[in-house]
Amino acid sequence: MIEPNVAGGLIGGSLIGIASLMMLLLLGRITGISGILTGVITWNKADGLPWRAAFIGGLILGAILYQVVFGRPLPIQMQASGPLLMVAGLLVGIGTRLGSGCTSGHGVCGIARRSPRSIASTATFMGVAIATVYVTRHLVS
Amino acid sequence: MKTTIAALLSGIIFGLGLAISEMINPARVLGFLDVTGQWDITLLLVMGSALLFTLIGFPLITRKAHPILAEKFTLPSKTSLDMPLLSGAVLFGIGWGLAGLCPGPAIAGLASADPSIALFVAAMIAGQFIGIRLERKLT
Repeated sequence: MIEPNVAGGLIGGSLIGIASLMMLLLLGRITGISGILTGVITWNKADGLPWRAAFIGGLILGAILYQVVFGRPLPIQMQASGPLLMVAGLLVGIGTRLGSGCTSGHGVCGIARRSPRSIASTATFMGVAIATVYVTRHLVS
Repeated sequence: MKTTIAALLSGIIFGLGLAISEMINPARVLGFLDVTGQWDITLLLVMGSALLFTLIGFPLITRKAHPILAEKFTLPSKTSLDMPLLSGAVLFGIGWGLAGLCPGPAIAGLASADPSIALFVAAMIAGQFIGIRLERKLT
């Protein structure tokens, strides 16, 4: 087992939970990042473009704030590159649209709403992702 | 205006959470997904602590007549498990497993100015447009 980031995980996870609670309490919205992004890229003015764009901008600002506050670069170690990264991005884009959500909307918010669709979705994408990593790390390489 | 500021603040807290929890790091995410390798429990801690808040808070909030800054709650109404939902989850799962990036961390990761994350986000946006077309064909 790799040394886990226990403190960071618990504090960061709590912040994610609190942000999701704020969105529901203040705006009455689910924090589904793939769905919020869809509203922005389709420039859908009929469905809350300003708050969607603000949330997406906030995500980036939050990551900038981390670098300012802690005085170190973001902890990012990319694992894929080039064409593989593009294929992965395409699949994440198609899949989250077709499947109506991602880790935030289904995983953090949908499960909290006890939504059968979100529970099924989360179990499916997590299982498939685990299988994918098994294939790429232990079978192919 | 108030909803925009509220969403901005929520986004900042969410993005900060992704960075502090290291979910912005594909190595951490793939480490969790690699259950037969050197397993990394961090993602489970992140999801567990986020769910601790939402599982308790969501039912309490939706009991209110309406949210503070809006006239009504806008929540998904579908309950049936259908093919688009499950096939979408499969495609997303493959992409997530290949790169270790899902939409939130990918967008927040743009703050690092790493061109490979920008490449992933561009592909993800293209994928969403393809997904929208597929949705129209399927329904």
